[in-house]
Amino acid sequence: MLEKLLTAQKRYYVWLLFLLCVIAGCGLVYLQQLQEGLTVTGMSRDVSWGLYISQFTYFVGVAASAVMLVLPAYFHHYRQFKRMIIFGEFMAVAAVVMCALFIVVDLGQPQRMLNVMLHPTPNSVMFYDMLVLIGYLCLNIIIGWVTLEAERMDTDPPKWIKPLIYLSIIWAFSIHTVTAFLYAGIPGRHYWLTAIMAARFLSSAFCSGPSILLLLLLIVRRLTNFDPGKEAVKTLSTIIVYAMCINVFFYLLEIFTAFYSQIPGHEEPIAFLFTGHGGHLYWVSYWMWAAVAMAFLSLAILIPPQWRTNPTLLPIALVMLVAATWIDKGLGLLIGGFTPNMFEEVTPYMPTGREIAVALGVYAIGALVLSLLWKIALGVKKEVNHFGG
Amino acid sequence: MNKSRRSFLKIAGLSAFALSSGITGLTGEAHAKIAPGSYAHGGNALSAKRWAMVIDTRKFKDSQDYEPLIEACHKAHNVPHIPGRQNIKWFWLDSYAHVFPDDMNAHLDERTSAASWPLLCNHCTNPPCVRVCPTQATYKMEDGIVAMDYHRCIGCRFCMAGCPYGARSFNFMDPRAHLTNPVPNPDFPTRMAGVVEKCTFCAERLAVGQLPACVEAAKGRILFGDLEDPASEVRKALAANYSIRRKPSLGTQPGVYYII
Repeated sequence: MLEKLLTAQKRYYVWLLFLLCVIAGCGLVYLQQLQEGLTVTGMSRDVSWGLYISQFTYFVGVAASAVMLVLPAYFHHYRQFKRMIIFGEFMAVAAVVMCALFIVVDLGQPQRMLNVMLHPTPNSVMFYDMLVLIGYLCLNIIIGWVTLEAERMDTDPPKWIKPLIYLSIIWAFSIHTVTAFLYAGIPGRHYWLTAIMAARFLSSAFCSGPSILLLLLLIVRRLTNFDPGKEAVKTLSTIIVYAMCINVFFYLLEIFTAFYSQIPGHEEPIAFLFTGHGGHLYWVSYWMWAAVAMAFLSLAILIPPQWRTNPTLLPIALVMLVAATWIDKGLGLLIGGFTPNMFEEVTPYMPTGREIAVALGVYAIGALVLSLLWKIALGVKKEVNHFGG
Repeated sequence: MNKSRRSFLKIAGLSAFALSSGITGLTGEAHAKIAPGSYAHGGNALSAKRWAMVIDTRKFKDSQDYEPLIEACHKAHNVPHIPGRQNIKWFWLDSYAHVFPDDMNAHLDERTSAASWPLLCNHCTNPPCVRVCPTQATYKMEDGIVAMDYHRCIGCRFCMAGCPYGARSFNFMDPRAHLTNPVPNPDFPTRMAGVVEKCTFCAERLAVGQLPACVEAAKGRILFGDLEDPASEVRKALAANYSIRRKPSLGTQPGVYYII
């Protein structure tokens, strides 16, 4: 099926070339980071994880969200999703690749990373995170490739793939649960030490991931005429609304516990994120308020069915939803966890230009993997006339 | 063509086997050498079931009194002085409100609230940093000391997120650039960029019969001994004086006690 990559339009190759240029440029910045150390980032002794780990966390969610297509299709035999399921699986592959890379660029000694396997440590959540992510990557590559091949041959996928698909559904929940456990089991970080963390992660993943998928598919529809199907888009947007409502609800639960109990440790990180410290607002507060506004605005558009199905309003709402969840999990989670620090002091964190460049490089690699895999999928769908529309 | 390819594969396979078996043989030997229990304590080594430290803060008048201790520690371990927030700290000072945030009240007596309080790794009985480390680069020794293997650390900084005492520092840059040449103590290794480090309770000094550098410099104002031994100096001091530990509610069981 790889030959599908050889018969594309010129603009596709221009796009790939553009991505390669971005990767090369950002790769040079990463080489600089390797030379000078993580001092090129905005991280510090107090805020010892930053943009890289937060992006890792966000994209584990994106990877897990493929299950929102796979579960209805295989557990409930919802046929409308069958046409676009492969895009969810391939997006999961790209997302896991990004997760792995975000971990690698965050390491101080990346050449030693195999120590995690050479000295397996069952008491460390990171050990399990590595296991579940590698497992999920393999599952999605195998399932995606085999089902696509079957579609091409116009046959049913082999029987042995079914158990793997069921396994991947449970596995998707496990990857984001384990990622939440990285944070939720740490004593002394009040913002993270909450039993609802895993549930919050999953709800945020199950609205943001499908939103990204839907937005990308809307772009693909413009470029290639591939139609994910009106009914499928409708169902997926309904899933997104429910997940987002639960996500916002869970966050409000956190706020209630912190501010009704009035335990300072629980209040302080949230108060810092939204109101700053000592009368001084930090940049993250503006972002957090923007996230609140976008979260509620997106819900306002997505909840009424006549707006949700409106082809102009839907993408706007999805973009706002993705931005809101990204700020919550991609910025607020890490900054809130480290501020105030262990001495009840505030150390501001802002990613540096070079840090952002390295992160963009990882984004570009993710986009490249996605572009290659989706091109293959689209080529097969075109060949067997499963383009819809 | 086909034949030569087959013979090539044969040779390649055989040599791979020979190489890998040779390597496993070597690593097997290496493992046997560092297996737990196969090392004996040095003749004059100080040993304990559980090392602990008792700091008699009443005997320190102001922050100046701690300076020789900090200097002794940083010299003994080649701790660089790096300005800014990407700094390295092994032994340092902070205010009561920052050191004991849970015991803070607005009407604390002047002596307590204005004083500087010494900070170092607590060498917890139940250390979260050891629990979260994915490579066992940080580990608990038999005598209760939480140690670091700078050569195994991958620099993921999970331990820094895990430590509730802010005791760990990461080498954001090459620390050697911030040290004198030659380094203050050539007997102790310098670190490289990208690994985490912290106070070691001077495990390397205990091994040769010396007390920790800060304890030695404190001239009796810091006690160091075996917490499991009722006759030890630390146990006697704890029995006779009121002492506190940092953030005891987290269940980590710090090994550093402060006599107030």
